[in-house]
Amino acid sequence: MFKKRIAILVACFVVLATVLAGCGSGSKSGASSTAGTSFKAGMVTDTGGVDDKSFNQSSWEGLKNFGKDNNLKVGTGVKYLQSTQASDYSPNLNQLIHQNFNVVFGIGFLMQNDVQKVAEQNPKAHLGIIDAVAVDKNNKPLKNVASLTFKEQQGSFLVGVVAGLTTKTNKVGFIGGINSALIKKFENGFKAGVKTVNPKAQVYVQYAGAFNAPDKGQSIASTMYTKGADIIYASAGDTGNGVFTEAKNRKKNGKKVWVIGVDKDQYAQGLPQNVTLTSMVKRVDKAIYDVTSKTKQGKFPGGQVLAYGLKENGVGLAPTTKNVSKKVLDSANQYKQKIIDGSIVVPTTDKEYAAYAAKLK
Amino acid sequence: MSTWFRKINWLTLLIPVISVFLGLLCGAVIMLAGGYNPLLAYGSIIQSIFLQPYYGGETIRAMIPLVLSGLAVAFAFRTGLFNIGVEGQLMAGWLASVACAIELDGLPKVILLPLSIIVGGLVGGLWSFLPGLLKARFKVHEVISTIMMNYIALYSTAYIIKNFLYTEGERTPTIPSSASLASNFLATITQGSRLHWGFIVAIIAVVVMWFLLWRTTMGFELRSVGFSPDASRYAGMNVSRNIILSMTISGVFAGLAGAMEGLGTYQYMSIMSSFSGIGFNGIAVALLGMNTPIGVVLSGALFAGLQTGGLTMQSVAGVPTDLIQVVIALIIFFVGSSYAIKWIWLRMSRKGRKS
Repeated sequence: MFKKRIAILVACFVVLATVLAGCGSGSKSGASSTAGTSFKAGMVTDTGGVDDKSFNQSSWEGLKNFGKDNNLKVGTGVKYLQSTQASDYSPNLNQLIHQNFNVVFGIGFLMQNDVQKVAEQNPKAHLGIIDAVAVDKNNKPLKNVASLTFKEQQGSFLVGVVAGLTTKTNKVGFIGGINSALIKKFENGFKAGVKTVNPKAQVYVQYAGAFNAPDKGQSIASTMYTKGADIIYASAGDTGNGVFTEAKNRKKNGKKVWVIGVDKDQYAQGLPQNVTLTSMVKRVDKAIYDVTSKTKQGKFPGGQVLAYGLKENGVGLAPTTKNVSKKVLDSANQYKQKIIDGSIVVPTTDKEYAAYAAKLK
Repeated sequence: MSTWFRKINWLTLLIPVISVFLGLLCGAVIMLAGGYNPLLAYGSIIQSIFLQPYYGGETIRAMIPLVLSGLAVAFAFRTGLFNIGVEGQLMAGWLASVACAIELDGLPKVILLPLSIIVGGLVGGLWSFLPGLLKARFKVHEVISTIMMNYIALYSTAYIIKNFLYTEGERTPTIPSSASLASNFLATITQGSRLHWGFIVAIIAVVVMWFLLWRTTMGFELRSVGFSPDASRYAGMNVSRNIILSMTISGVFAGLAGAMEGLGTYQYMSIMSSFSGIGFNGIAVALLGMNTPIGVVLSGALFAGLQTGGLTMQSVAGVPTDLIQVVIALIIFFVGSSYAIKWIWLRMSRKGRKS
């Protein structure tokens, strides 16, 4: 009896296996064998996934563009692996390295530890990390990792200029996600920009303490708007979405308030009430493209800390400029030139900002 | 041998196997529909796990917390309790073990490492002691209270890390090597995977669970309460005490799972914005393993294999990792519908007898 059942099961399995074999082959065969010699670039997303509408997505766009320009196929020449949990980072990085990818990017500072470990275990592999500096145990830069960072303070300075010149109440706000060195760069750059063009303006600063708390973002925004601020710069990830909600509610009731977006052009997010004044965009895609093409030319910037600023078009004002007046835009462009030629050095830390503000007076 | 062989209830053993098979089968059909090659995908899982030491090591590494959290769920289940709070107990244990290791840095390894593991287990136990107490004293349903305890754990661990143990990168500092379960030896033989000594802890836990439940009076009482609380009370057992005890031991297993993650895999704890999912997978592991220690080990191996293999599937066959989650969900679905499978199987075999 029992044998009979087993026999049926085995038979089912064999039949199925042949059927599946017939169906599946052909479409993807040879994909892995031909790619051995040509250039391959890959990236590992963090748990946000590749369609997070933020830096994971932007990174992948960068790689895709590189693939298009160099005739590399998506899936073999350029490729991404998604992580569903933090423990996936290491295996995913290793997957790409074991498949001899010429350069592998870890997206986001959350992956710093894993990138460092994998880089030490595979000294011949070329890795890249976004928003963090990869170091070895002695705090020295790892020779086979390129660290891609951004001068967020410069872009934030420009949106600060826009805010300082656009505000009618002379009060603007800044909402940060978590109080950290990274977000401080946004805050101090923004404050410096506002104060440079509008010394009378007051800047409210508050941190939500989380990147994923839109409700907190909304309540902080509500407080700031009530206090009289008419523009808020939100550098807080998902928390910033709450700022948009609050601004839209107020605009529906006839108040004139604005939000300044972050990381990418958030014009669409401000619709239909049209509350996005401008956005501070961070071109992760350009940075990835840049490092990948350098690697292809045999000039992998290992051990270097690359800082993408206004000069490299790594940060800047959003391409959508419908809500910013021509005069303000021209002025922002002048400041952009001044930052690029070095006559203005934008502060990043509280200490640098204090020194900068003292000079303004 | 043959009598022992006949003693095993083949039907109960077959159902999980059929469920897994059906789950994988449906997964294959979905892959075909999506234009992926299921043979290449499943082949890549088997090939990577069994032939490449790195993925083999990673699979065993992923097994450790899954088996422990599976044991936690199974243990409570044996007493008729549904511990959904494994996730929270795991986080509490994780943070406790990491905090202990960091704060008591300087102690020799023979003391610090076991101490950190024990602290992790105890705090996990404490986290489930509360729902156990509420259930025994005030009849608060453990499903509700453990779910709520999950959220308390999620946000209070984040708060504690932010305010007391914070370092750059949204996490705690790395634990000292004297509290680490990681081993260079294990890493080298598995081509640099994160396999750590925690698997010994998991094996001990499996034996302990079996011994406690099936070889002690306490275990007999616990299981008896699970079968029928009223009958147990009539027989003179203290049902309330057993409920609290069962929940607490269950929580200890969960806390140990957290300690394994903290002292082994990660060597730190990061501020989590959402649940790790290990605790919830533990429910599935226990269910598929029919709440037996050996069953939990086997289903833990399967889930860990699917998890690690899912990453290989993604990179070799291009199958999205979301699909592997679908396959896991399908397996759980078929385990859940075991009654239907049993019914169909019996009908089939009856027909066979007639002919």
